[in-house]
Amino acid sequence: MSTLNIVNKSPFEKRSLDQCLSRIGSDDAVLLIEDAVVVAMAGTRYESDLKSAAAAKKLYVLTPDVEARGLADKPVVEGFTQVDYKGFVALVTEHDRVHSWL
Amino acid sequence: MEEEYAGGVEKKFIYINRRAPHGTVYALESLETVLIGAAFDQDVSMLFIDDGVYQLKKDQSTDSIEFKNFSKAFRALEMYDVEKLFVEAESLQERGLSEDDLLVDVELVKRGEVKDLIDQQDVVLSF
Amino acid sequence: MSNSIEVDGKTLATDEEGYLENLADWEPGVANVMAEIDDCELTDNHWEVINFLREYYEEYQIAPAVRVLTKAIGKKLGKEYGNGKYLYELYPYGPAKQACKYAGLPKPTGCV
Repeated sequence: MSTLNIVNKSPFEKRSLDQCLSRIGSDDAVLLIEDAVVVAMAGTRYESDLKSAAAAKKLYVLTPDVEARGLADKPVVEGFTQVDYKGFVALVTEHDRVHSWL
Repeated sequence: MEEEYAGGVEKKFIYINRRAPHGTVYALESLETVLIGAAFDQDVSMLFIDDGVYQLKKDQSTDSIEFKNFSKAFRALEMYDVEKLFVEAESLQERGLSEDDLLVDVELVKRGEVKDLIDQQDVVLSF
Repeated sequence: MSNSIEVDGKTLATDEEGYLENLADWEPGVANVMAEIDDCELTDNHWEVINFLREYYEEYQIAPAVRVLTKAIGKKLGKEYGNGKYLYELYPYGPAKQACKYAGLPKPTGCV
């Protein structure tokens, strides 16, 4: 039984990503959307935390939100998979439930 | 009177509460959703983690801030057949709180057990 | 334009559906005046429900769902009263809506 966890807040402002990661299992996935996408870019102070998280769980980032913020020119953190809106829908259907960490 | 839920399928709903009361409207909205949803005879649980545990703190007194003290409504949930209130032990402990500080009987779960609880649900609603 | 009712020479603000704006304005006369407007005479049975609603609201800060109200009245007065029929006979406009209004509570969020 797996859950798609959606996080939409930047960890520089809110702790929801950390709160999410501390409570999910290796079969669960995390999709970063909206302001949360900033942390999927290499070079932030959270990069090493996310690298180790990516080793244990599936991490995704929504490309349209990356592009909207002008961050598409930066490499993503190792272990992240980029998805478009179709990929977002596919993730929703592949998991048993969705948990949006508001 | 109340109509039977036409879908007829009972699903398991969990409402996850992560915010303290009063500062934002999330906690009140969650509670109102639970109370309205209770009319549909579904299997409902609530889980309180992070600052959400403050929602259940006893002795809240909101007269001076002129807000409704909706924490009292948590004690009515039993009458709405919402009997499963889970609280994460670590969230309480990090905030210097214990089960004795809460206004209702709850079931404590460990952080590592939250995933198992969520895995049993059909629908997750987060506030 | 604001709405109001007159109770014992006092003007009390209501919303457009006749619910009291301020819970604290309530006194028994409010229920009598509201019932008169609806052409309804309040009996002891009506007052049982009004008093129950006020106590419930005081205790839990919410109006009970009809299901909860029905169960509670049945517990208090006997099983034969714990049904929708009895409450609807007392409050034909819908027990939750009409009785909550007379009790000075906010309009319930449910459907009856």
